[in-house]
Amino acid sequence: MKQEMTGAEIVLQSLVDQGVEVVFGYPGGAVLPIYDTLFKQNSIKHVLVRQEGGAIHAAEGYARSTGKVGVVLVTSGPGATNVVTGLTDAMMDSIPIVCITGQVPQHLIGSDAFQECDTTGITRPCTKHNYLVKDPNKLSPVFHEAFTIAKDGRPGPVLIDIPKDVQFAKGNYTQKEKIIIPSHRLFEPEIFKNDEKINEVVNLISKAKKPIFYIGGGCINSGPKASELVSQFVETTGAPATMTLMGLGVLGSSHSNSLGMLGMHGMYEANMAMHECDLLINIGARFDDRVTGRLDAFSPNSKKIHIDIDESNINKTIKVDVPVVGDVTSILKRILKVWKENNLKTNQSDLKLWWDKINNWKKIDCLHFTNNEKEIKPQYAIQRLYELTKDKKTFITTEVGQHQMWAAQYYKFEKPNRWLTSGGLGTMGYGFPAAIGAQVANPDALVIDVAGDASILMNIQEMSTAVQYRLPVKIFILNNEYMGMVRQWQELLHGGRYSESYTDSLPDFVKLAESYKAIGLRAKKPKELDGVINEMINTDKTVIADIWVSKEENCFPMIQSGSAHNEMVLSKDQKQDKHSAEKGKILV
Amino acid sequence: MNKSVYDSPETTAVSRRHILTVLVDNEPGVLARVIGMFSGRGYNIESLNVAEVSNDEHLSRITIVTEGTSEVVSQIEKQLLRIVPVHSVSNLDEEGSSVEAEVALVNIDLNDSNKKKIYEVCDFYRARRIENENNYVIFEIAGASERINRFIKDVNQITKIEIVRSGPVAISTYKNTKEE
Repeated sequence: MKQEMTGAEIVLQSLVDQGVEVVFGYPGGAVLPIYDTLFKQNSIKHVLVRQEGGAIHAAEGYARSTGKVGVVLVTSGPGATNVVTGLTDAMMDSIPIVCITGQVPQHLIGSDAFQECDTTGITRPCTKHNYLVKDPNKLSPVFHEAFTIAKDGRPGPVLIDIPKDVQFAKGNYTQKEKIIIPSHRLFEPEIFKNDEKINEVVNLISKAKKPIFYIGGGCINSGPKASELVSQFVETTGAPATMTLMGLGVLGSSHSNSLGMLGMHGMYEANMAMHECDLLINIGARFDDRVTGRLDAFSPNSKKIHIDIDESNINKTIKVDVPVVGDVTSILKRILKVWKENNLKTNQSDLKLWWDKINNWKKIDCLHFTNNEKEIKPQYAIQRLYELTKDKKTFITTEVGQHQMWAAQYYKFEKPNRWLTSGGLGTMGYGFPAAIGAQVANPDALVIDVAGDASILMNIQEMSTAVQYRLPVKIFILNNEYMGMVRQWQELLHGGRYSESYTDSLPDFVKLAESYKAIGLRAKKPKELDGVINEMINTDKTVIADIWVSKEENCFPMIQSGSAHNEMVLSKDQKQDKHSAEKGKILV
Repeated sequence: MNKSVYDSPETTAVSRRHILTVLVDNEPGVLARVIGMFSGRGYNIESLNVAEVSNDEHLSRITIVTEGTSEVVSQIEKQLLRIVPVHSVSNLDEEGSSVEAEVALVNIDLNDSNKKKIYEVCDFYRARRIENENNYVIFEIAGASERINRFIKDVNQITKIEIVRSGPVAISTYKNTKEE
């Protein structure tokens, strides 16, 4: 049955119908009718952020920690332009988001009206799809399609722009069950083409002498079942497995087959194994440049299998031998079935030789660092944070930079959806609002934003949000007074000229926390660290823990730009080969 | 072969012209999505043609002429398919046999001294006179782009002309072009 209501009511009804519980947003002139409707209902909770950029990262944190769609509501003009970074971030990391923006009334569109901007034009390249809805009768079909598209196939952000007059106008509401989305608008797995491919996959794996699994964020997006299946398959084959930054948690860190993270700041053994393997099984990763290093030297002697839901990732940068397009969960189920039916086995003696080699690489102990009693080493701070929080239900978010890499290296993730970091876009300012979103979704969990002193200032205004909603988010700042990763690159590639990477006039983070009526803590010496961490996790309030760490510590191991997996730099004393250093300088 | 921050492995693939036809829902912004993908990812458009092809279903067909290696063009096809309102993409070149044609309108400065020669050239290329005003005559010529190029070259040697060209449209000669 169709019901007539206002556009704004249709928006709310659509959200309710889609099972939305919380919306992150900020009001303004062009969304007032929706905020008015929001005021009159109780089924949807609204979290008021302090800048729209915070809203979208919070929605990302919510989506990543739950697997649900994150919803954002902002006004026209600056409201819309402020979410562009977050939309791009969600696009790059495949996070399902529905973003609702207000627009000036239709008769003013194109007149350079107050707070007007071409929102669909601006956001076209940074959304999976977007809509400008001009007819209230089309609102509910658009909303239901938007939610489906956001989750469907490779997830991503979808934006709906609604002129103010459409929010007031009356129209019919259509239930989501009645909406039929044409198949070409959705992802269609090529199951029929995949049967042969799956036979090829199992054949190659059973014959490989030096196989390695390369596991990415697609395994997390595919749902918790995917992580189980990955573990199961890795165990069945006995092969080593390495994870991308986005894939951390798919296979538990303590899993005996896990080699940890690979790539630019990945584990030595993982990168060496990628270089030397004879079969590379990519599950849900996209051969990102942070992972591959120099392409012409990337895993030169291997056959490559690539399982990905997005066909455009196949052969995009790395040519593969067996592409399988589809959802990780359904493909792994089929692979496991075929594997069992054919009674396949990997050659144990070959695998043993392979593992012996890997175990030798492990002896390098690439994460080794020298602790001292005077200064807190950032690596040590993360190690202690892990030890003191590992028994709790902990979510870790990060900003972007050295602290992010140290968190990825030294914090051990055992479960998927517990590690929220901006991988593709590398958005400083992501971690704190993402932590707010994760805390809203998981009120009983311990949510910690591992931050740097520079990154945290990019969305520090959200302190007000965290305190208002009594969200006990913990901000764990590794404070070295530098934009650490910028400084590190300047040291390694630009003759140590630290151009604009020192953050002078930092606030007193303890007083800053207190001014927001939150708790501020500080550790200056290693012996104070455990006490501060314990106090931080035991309070039920928002906390900023300002951890003073060694100022010029570098993040190692590292594959410098322009180098290959087997050319890792393990410490400051080891110089990169001059030729590749020169070539690498122009890269990002 | 690809676009990455790192050097590509050496490749001997040759870059050549491809005609892509893209069937899309005729909805606002769809053309912007398609051409935005090209400019955003650094691909090249040599010519572009778009018109609705079925009124009742609101479908449009976009014909794009682009240049690239087969790897690049295959990437373009896959990126096009990610766009929500795109139904299908065919690379007519790969299908082997297709027919292409384009239309040009040519405004020719005609006078008593060049008249005869111009009409000869126009007859030879089967260019049709469609308008005649103020000493200017407008001819229409349709067919393969190569033929239009030659026509323009020949007329240009005689007198000053002004040209508009549609860019090619193309269709597969297979009977059952798979379409939704």
